[in-house]
Amino acid sequence: MIWNNWSDFFAMGGYALYVWGSALVVALFMLGEVLLVRQRSQTIREQITLAKRRKSS
Amino acid sequence: MTIANLSSVQPGVLPARRIHWFKYASPNKFYDLTGRLIPWFAVAAALLTALGLYTGFFVAPTDFQQGDAYRIIFLHVPAAWMSMLIYIVMAFWAALGLIFNTRLSSMMATALAPTGAMFTFLALWTGALWGRPTWGAWWVWDARLTSELILLFLYVGFMALQASIDDPRRADRAGALIALVGVINVPVIYFSVRWWNTLHQGSSISLKSAPSMALTMLLGMLIMALAFWAYTIAVTLYRVRCIVLEREQHNVWVRELKELT
Repeated sequence: MIWNNWSDFFAMGGYALYVWGSALVVALFMLGEVLLVRQRSQTIREQITLAKRRKSS
Repeated sequence: MTIANLSSVQPGVLPARRIHWFKYASPNKFYDLTGRLIPWFAVAAALLTALGLYTGFFVAPTDFQQGDAYRIIFLHVPAAWMSMLIYIVMAFWAALGLIFNTRLSSMMATALAPTGAMFTFLALWTGALWGRPTWGAWWVWDARLTSELILLFLYVGFMALQASIDDPRRADRAGALIALVGVINVPVIYFSVRWWNTLHQGSSISLKSAPSMALTMLLGMLIMALAFWAYTIAVTLYRVRCIVLEREQHNVWVRELKELT
């Protein structure tokens, strides 16, 4: 551990805005992308399942 | 085995350990395989990210010149590497799709583009947040930054063009042309710091010389790069499976999938 305490860690030697501004946006985009693909997957799956039921009934 | 021998092999009697290169070019085989692979890459991505962030933010020392602002490197460099690598892989699949007319290759190219565009944007974003404290500017029109911005436009152009064409096979071919023409830009980005005088610092690592940074810094960066690799593979395979289902939904094998009832 290179930090004396957590507030040192969050302060990032005065560069908090830049370091956390980078980290936050990277995290949001990567998680957001996964959620978007999951939504796309659910949509097409529901569509296929519905079409199947309609055909069999 | 000479050509003469080869032609004498009877049809159906193939040499025992022949590799079936095209087995997974069939969408339903590929769909099965990727379904099993995704969880492994997702777990690898999560573990590597945790390890890489720990190394970068808790083990690596503060830089004597840039202070803690340099820690952006653990996100910026892997994102920038991925932005270039994904473009090359995308162009490769697009070319295969064009040459062999294999639908799945083109679907791979289509699936890679949004992730590539995302990493390009993130490289620019983190670069701006790094440039401000170190150079005093969010943005400068120098060779490295400008060519990376062009890369973003290439990705967006590829996606917009494909979205504007209704027939998927025509969209594949049109997209492949952009992908292949634009691949010229990747070496320009990579070598821009050497070819032109730029504000951007030179390569962080080089195969020819000893690393110019502390070992733990280098390690954190490389682990994060591996994490982004695993993430990219997982999310791209996830997306390509959606594309397979969207395009093949009227085929029998999709209707017979057990997971869709």
